[in-house]
Amino acid sequence: MKATVIVTLKPTVLDPQGMTIQRSLSSIGLSDVTDVRQGKIFNVDVKDGSREQVERLAKEVLTNPVIEEYRIVWE
Amino acid sequence: MKFGVVIFPGSNCDHDCYYAIESVIGKPVEFIWHQDTSVKGIDAVILPGGFAYGDYLRTGALAKFSPVMKAIGEFASKGGLVYGICNGFQILTEAGLLPGALLRNVTMKYICKFVELRTETTNTPYTNLLRKGQILRIPIGHGDGNFYADAETLQRIEDNDQVVFRYVENPNGSLHDIAGIVNEKRNVLGMMPHPDRSSEVILGSADGKLIFESMVNALVSK
Repeated sequence: MKATVIVTLKPTVLDPQGMTIQRSLSSIGLSDVTDVRQGKIFNVDVKDGSREQVERLAKEVLTNPVIEEYRIVWE
Repeated sequence: MKFGVVIFPGSNCDHDCYYAIESVIGKPVEFIWHQDTSVKGIDAVILPGGFAYGDYLRTGALAKFSPVMKAIGEFASKGGLVYGICNGFQILTEAGLLPGALLRNVTMKYICKFVELRTETTNTPYTNLLRKGQILRIPIGHGDGNFYADAETLQRIEDNDQVVFRYVENPNGSLHDIAGIVNEKRNVLGMMPHPDRSSEVILGSADGKLIFESMVNALVSK
């Protein structure tokens, strides 16, 4: 089984990287893009029937719950 | 009295800390390997600066799974002194031994320079030789030193007198200008600035020495 884990900063947490990307856009004419938030994507392979291991991976390793949240997309 | 300095793969201030304790403070010190499962015989543990596990995933995120971190967690829960400097601070927040997290600097730049810190509390084993309000000149060197905690946690840290050092001029966007905090039991300290790089006049400042000497003072009076 394949899963994609998407980790993003919580909406309340400042994202200096996303802000820097967004601020640089006007110079190439993308002035209508009003916000960019940077995150991470992890492509995971797991043995059939072990979905809960991906849940634990996302929760306990890939995400710092103080600043981040995650969602899992199954293929 | 014996200090221990942890070596993670990617630590690069381990020898600076070792030198500061052995040669400047003049106390016994030994290295602790990240694979060790015990900190037996050690009275104070220092987590040095650097880039443990290459800062992969998040700063400090993979170091917290090192075998030695379980032993350090138990040591801390029994009241042992655990002191994280820079990357060591990041590891302590990831491991849940200190509240909050360290985000990317708001300027997006790695900042390496001397800063001034204001001592906010002397009621810790790390600041007992300082005066409240005393200004220390200690250098920073980090890309992820922007302290963050949610509003509720931040309020609790302030109410419990857990903020130990604040930047006089905030270099990185840290909330409430926070440069260093202790846990509720006050035996675990994390701070971004490097006293290991400022414990001798020849390095530009000897102010950092006061923190190590406070630790000695706390261990002697224990």
